[in-house]
Amino acid sequence: MGRTPKTGRSRRSPVRSMLLHGTLILASLIAIGPIVWVLLSSLKPGYAIQSTQLTLFRDTTLANYSYVLTETNFPRWFLNSVIVAAFTMTIGIFLSATTGYAVSRFNFPGRRPLMMVFLITQMFPVAILIVPIYTILARLGLINTMPALIIAYLTIAVPFCAWMLKGYFDSIPTSLDEAAALDGCGPFAIFWRVVLPLARPAVAVTAFYTFLTAWGEVAYASAFIQTDNKFTLAYGLQQFVPQFNPQWEYLTAAAVLVTIPAGLVFFFAQKHLVSGLTAGGTKG
Amino acid sequence: MSTVTAEPAPSSAPPGPSARPSRLRRSWEKHWYAWAMVLPVVIVLAVLIFYPLIRGIWISFTNLTEANQAAEICTRSITGGEVCAENPNKWEFVGLDNYVRVLTGEVGEFWQWTGTTLIWTVVCVACHFGLGLGLASMLNRPMRARGLYRVLLVLPWAVPAFVSAFAWKFIFNERFGLANALLSAVGIDPVSWFSDRWTALFTAIVTNVWLGVPFMMVALLGGMQTIPGELYEAAEIDGASAWQRFKNITLPGLRPVSMTVVLLGTIWTFNMFPIIFLVTEGQPAGQSEILVTGAFRAAFEGIRNYSLASTYGVLILSILLVFSVFYRRALRKQGEVW
Repeated sequence: MGRTPKTGRSRRSPVRSMLLHGTLILASLIAIGPIVWVLLSSLKPGYAIQSTQLTLFRDTTLANYSYVLTETNFPRWFLNSVIVAAFTMTIGIFLSATTGYAVSRFNFPGRRPLMMVFLITQMFPVAILIVPIYTILARLGLINTMPALIIAYLTIAVPFCAWMLKGYFDSIPTSLDEAAALDGCGPFAIFWRVVLPLARPAVAVTAFYTFLTAWGEVAYASAFIQTDNKFTLAYGLQQFVPQFNPQWEYLTAAAVLVTIPAGLVFFFAQKHLVSGLTAGGTKG
Repeated sequence: MSTVTAEPAPSSAPPGPSARPSRLRRSWEKHWYAWAMVLPVVIVLAVLIFYPLIRGIWISFTNLTEANQAAEICTRSITGGEVCAENPNKWEFVGLDNYVRVLTGEVGEFWQWTGTTLIWTVVCVACHFGLGLGLASMLNRPMRARGLYRVLLVLPWAVPAFVSAFAWKFIFNERFGLANALLSAVGIDPVSWFSDRWTALFTAIVTNVWLGVPFMMVALLGGMQTIPGELYEAAEIDGASAWQRFKNITLPGLRPVSMTVVLLGTIWTFNMFPIIFLVTEGQPAGQSEILVTGAFRAAFEGIRNYSLASTYGVLILSILLVFSVFYRRALRKQGEVW
């Protein structure tokens, strides 16, 4: 935003300019260093990774990728993760969209407690829900199935989506609602025909973020899933690096494959992400 | 019902069976659609969160484990039929026993884990906020390649947390990791990171700081951009130095955003499961465990001790609730909205 006067840049002395750029370059290197290192390592054969000699490139090969994609259950885990994350995202958004709207627009009894509940559920540690949910799901015979994970993830996704969407709906002017009401729309019609179409980017961002949360969840996936062909990525990748004889060459290749789609999704969403998170809180 | 303002005017209410509408009925007519809209979420919260929460609290007062959960023990007799007898060691209500055993340190390492969790949370959130603020205020100036810096600095956020955890575990590998290679390049002996409590914790903190700074940076940058530029211009005309402008305009202007992100960051870091779980795995010998991972291992490793894990869960939640009550009170005292 051009709020520092234009003279700002020309008045910065060369030393300060170098310091500024130097710091930012260093920070950027630290930020991308580990990612680049994993990427480079994934292109090396196992013996080159295990060597104590530090090299950027050595015997560059795509063998790790083809091994991971063809000889392991990785594609299966990938599919499982997509399924679980997609269901969590869809169900979460569907359930919480109207709630976000109601909490944003109407002043009804129970509104403030509901907002508090959304906030408090953010602080529920995995530890308190994982055991009761596990015993309940075990009684229903759902342990080691995909629905078990989806149900567990909804405990995180639903309050989170409602919170985020409320923040986004707050930023849509209420005058639009009022105009539609004058035209004779009921509250549901206003939500469905006026507000939701306007909020499409916000819904998309919330959906993306829910997807990514489910995509990267570790605790429930480690506790609820027991057989190899049902693992999600977050748990499956642990199989590559057991305590003894870890196979880092496959892990790094798998890590790159996992990060690419998540990173793409993320970049489309991130610009709008933070505004929703913080707006939900400050305009309570 | 045709109005959506905050206080909808009572429209022509259809006459109900009783002649004088009670307060409840009037309230219902005024708010039914709002309640209908929140109903799905309320049901989900009740079924998926509050029922398990109550159960979890209840389990923490029992001695339920994997070994004693069955109500009956069935054995197959030679004839092929099943004989079931009541389990003599069935789980039972034990009152506060679990809490006493946990808090006195008879089982687990509650106090050590709490200490580690506090160090972990404070150091991580302080680094997140400090580095995030520093980078945000640098990025908030007009300069060359600003967009490029921003993209590069946000990258760690795009990587799923568990992937970052593996990446840093790989970097801190004792034999062939990048960290030790760099250390020996400058003439320092390689460190066996995971055989000491503090170096192990250090690796986890580095990982989490790397992971969490982009969020803070983007959030604070967004906050900075809502501060009106005239304030800075006026201050500059009055001869305020860069530091004075930062202290007297930027920091106060960031308050609403920073209060929220610090609260969220603290809660998230406190409950941050994957980093400790995957990077240090509690090494050495469970000493770098935080509360959440310690509770998880109690629940799901070895003979699963459900009641003990629930006890930890209740204790962790209590700590967080107390924290957020104090936090909110502190905010309110300073005139914040919520």
